[in-house]
Amino acid sequence: MTDTTTRDDSADAAAVATPELEAVNERQKRRRGLWLALPAWVYLAVFFAIPLAIVFVYSFATRNRFGGTDLSGWNLDSYRALGGDLVRAVLVRSVVLAVITTVICLVISYPFAYFMATRSTRTRNLMLVMVMIPFWTNFLVRNYAWYVILGTDGPLSTITETVGLGETRFLFTQTAVVLGLVYGFLPFMILPLYASIERIDGRLLEASRDLYATGAQSFRRVLLPLSMPGIVAGSILVFIPSLGAYVTPVILGGAKTTLLGGYIVTQFLEARNWPFGAALSSVLMIIMLGATVVYFRKGGQTL
Amino acid sequence: MGGPSVTAAVELSGVTKRFGDVVAVDNIDLAIADGEFFAMLGPSGCGKTTTLRMIAGLEFPTEGSLQIFGDEMGTLPPNRRPVNTVFQNYALFPHMSVRENVSFGLRMQGMSKSETASRTSTLIELVQLGGMEKRKPDQLSGGQQQRVALARALVNEPKVLLLDEPLGALDLKLRQEMQDELKTLQRELGVSFVFVTHDQEEALTMSDRIAVMHEGRLLQVGSAEEIYERPSNRFVADFIGQTNLIDGTVADRDTIVLANGSKVAATTGHVAGTSVAMSLRPEAMHIGRPEDIPATHATSSLTGTVTEVNYLGVALVYRIAVDWIELEVRAPTVSEVDRLKPGETASVWWARETAQVVAD
Amino acid sequence: MAGENITEPRGATKWLLRANASFVYIFFYIPILVLIVFSFSDNRNVGVWGGFTLDWYRDFAESDNTREALWNSVQIGLVATVISVVLGTASALALERFKFRGRAVFDALLYLPIIIPDVTMAVMMLLFFSEAAELFGFSKGFATITLSHIAFSISFVSVVVRARLGGMNDRLEEAAMDLYATRWQAFRYVTLPLIMPGILGGGLLALTLSLDDVVITQFVTGPGWTTLPVYVFGLIRKGVTPLINAVSVVMLVASTILVVLSLIAQRIRGGDTV
Ligand SMILES: Nc1ncnc2c1ncn2[C@@H]1O[C@H](COP(=O)(O)OP(=O)(O)OP(=O)(O)O)[C@@H](O)[C@H]1O
Ligand SMILES: [Mg+2]
Repeated sequence: MTDTTTRDDSADAAAVATPELEAVNERQKRRRGLWLALPAWVYLAVFFAIPLAIVFVYSFATRNRFGGTDLSGWNLDSYRALGGDLVRAVLVRSVVLAVITTVICLVISYPFAYFMATRSTRTRNLMLVMVMIPFWTNFLVRNYAWYVILGTDGPLSTITETVGLGETRFLFTQTAVVLGLVYGFLPFMILPLYASIERIDGRLLEASRDLYATGAQSFRRVLLPLSMPGIVAGSILVFIPSLGAYVTPVILGGAKTTLLGGYIVTQFLEARNWPFGAALSSVLMIIMLGATVVYFRKGGQTL
Repeated sequence: MGGPSVTAAVELSGVTKRFGDVVAVDNIDLAIADGEFFAMLGPSGCGKTTTLRMIAGLEFPTEGSLQIFGDEMGTLPPNRRPVNTVFQNYALFPHMSVRENVSFGLRMQGMSKSETASRTSTLIELVQLGGMEKRKPDQLSGGQQQRVALARALVNEPKVLLLDEPLGALDLKLRQEMQDELKTLQRELGVSFVFVTHDQEEALTMSDRIAVMHEGRLLQVGSAEEIYERPSNRFVADFIGQTNLIDGTVADRDTIVLANGSKVAATTGHVAGTSVAMSLRPEAMHIGRPEDIPATHATSSLTGTVTEVNYLGVALVYRIAVDWIELEVRAPTVSEVDRLKPGETASVWWARETAQVVAD
Repeated sequence: MAGENITEPRGATKWLLRANASFVYIFFYIPILVLIVFSFSDNRNVGVWGGFTLDWYRDFAESDNTREALWNSVQIGLVATVISVVLGTASALALERFKFRGRAVFDALLYLPIIIPDVTMAVMMLLFFSEAAELFGFSKGFATITLSHIAFSISFVSVVVRARLGGMNDRLEEAAMDLYATRWQAFRYVTLPLIMPGILGGGLLALTLSLDDVVITQFVTGPGWTTLPVYVFGLIRKGVTPLINAVSVVMLVASTILVVLSLIAQRIRGGDTV
């Protein structure tokens, strides 16, 4: 689409076709594709691939006494530091909370997606839009809303006090963080699950019932396996950002509940230990790549 | 046929199209006359669509010359060729109304607004879509979509119209109606139609000439009669209509030795020793008891055992086992007492000229 | 797979499914409602009701800081969106319609920004711009933020547009060319209108992501430069005033308007016809 037809309409127009001409044509077509891709290609190479490489390089560098980074004396110190007690605690806590978040999202979303997929087209579209609206709402705003609800004198506490349950103190706990993460990432689970369940031919379930399966058996033997790509995609889409979450733990978890994302940020903005921060980021990235490879192995196509 | 026009509407000489290792079209020579209704027939994957796409300019030949009214097309892009296409499944623009679809070609050619409007209206009337101008394609039935596709191509007054299985998506009744309409339209406009189809009956009834393709090669080009009655090779004989193919070897100009050693008379047209097949149409054979064979047909007959008789109303279909093969014979219905029964000995014979000898 | 039949759950299962769906929607919308309600509360304590007031909205309108941050966000969001829509659409066309050298690598590279956590992306951009600033000497701010936002938005636009292109019949472009359209005209009058819903959707996603971003912006911004989310985030960390409720509601309304507009645009464009 980049060049106009005036160019290829020219001299060769009336020539008899030959393999050479065909090859020229083929090359022209490839070149057209390359030209189209080129701007984005170059952009991503410069502003994504190179930065990615720099992070890996930095993770082997040394922090100097002034908080700067010496790009010499390459070593594995930053990776060794990953074994420290504090780091281990942060890593374990992050993974545990991310797993809990993923499981909760899955448990809520699966029946929801199934319910949605079995409605009439009209209802289904309406339900979908109603899921999309919070999804498009500003992420920070959505976290902040829970901050307001869970606050010491906030509406939740007021309600529990009024009914005689005493005041609740959820804010700045791990529970609040999980709540915020579930709230933030639930659509990421619902949408791929819905997409994969919606695609399943309803007659397959009928067939399984016809072949003497109970409702539960037909769920376990037919629906569940067939919706596996959606389950894997949704889980990865929730797990990865939960693991790297920064905004939610800071707003809802407070200082006590540092997670991996916040810990990395601290290395750069406060502790000024860039090589260590880079090593942590590299680890996060490798976990992410591993998860994605699993996804594609499981037969997922697109995210 | 197209009459004695000097230059062909479309002429392919030595055209080959390869996709990597696949030879989709293999060294085709073909001339389509001006004003001709030309059908291309062949099994799936034989290269019909590819040939059509090369004429349209949607695909360029790997090798060979492709001329339209004497002008070499070579690698000219589709927008600069005087041909238009009715696509399989129509490829109507879903975001445009009927009117916008039909006028698209004229607008792209930069024709004046008034001229575009009047020609568009004429064509919409011609295909009987008046009153539906504002509808989108998805608000039309299959047959109506078909007409839009036709109008959209014909409004440009192409010199050749290419149609890729235009009736494939329609149900039987509509299909027959559209066959008549297409044929009438083609006669009125006098434009060459190149028509790709899977359906041999469609090809046989509609076309002036038919090309039979197989595995990228052009096996035979001729009128419906020629192709049906004088197939040029085994594939064509087998592909067009029902036939019995009996293997044998040419002995001399008038004799074939069948696989069981019996000799039959036929115009062989091949040198001695060639292995051939004799094609006998089920309806071209007579059936009776061995003593019924006329003396004149002694060397154009076979004898075997009836295995099956099926009653089809106007006809009876017999299956007769002759040594190594089974023949299908279609004969007029006779009263039940006169019929041959399974297990009885039966003979078939045929007029010499109806037996076609074909090589592979 | 819609329909009422044997496979339709009955009894307890049916009610559990319904209850779960209701719960999901309550869960989604209660916090948003609470936020809106308390943005009108006349009490310095964010979660406590103290009578109706519009003071916080007035404060928002009169505060230079928020206005400037908002303006910065809008500028960055628009520029980043326009550029990533162009680059993302072009790359989607290239990947969906052409073979070219390096296609597989490009395809993989395009997926990475989608799956990489934003903290990692922030670290990447910080280190990159620090190195680049040393080499070329420029100051961080508008440019570095916008460049970073484009770097992740291209991929999202590309994925959304590709999905749309993949669902489009290839024959349509050929039909246009057969009807005397040049390659450009075929794109302009057939392909572009048909993928427009995808382009709009991708653009909306890019804009939303840009306006959502806190951590990357925080990492690559320079002195004196802040966007609305970063500013609000700072306020929340420092200790909250109900002003933030008002700011949040404004952001909420803005995103809702965007979504509604895009839905309307898709309807008008006849988005379901391909
Ligand atoms: N773009 C392409 N790339 C590779 N191979 C192709 C391409 N187009 C066609 N072919 C191959 O060329 C051969 C001929 O294809 P073509 O579409 O012309 O067949 P056809 O006769 O139209 O079949 P059908 O009746 O099924 O439509 C097939 O083997 C097909 O697989
Ligand atoms: Mg075909």
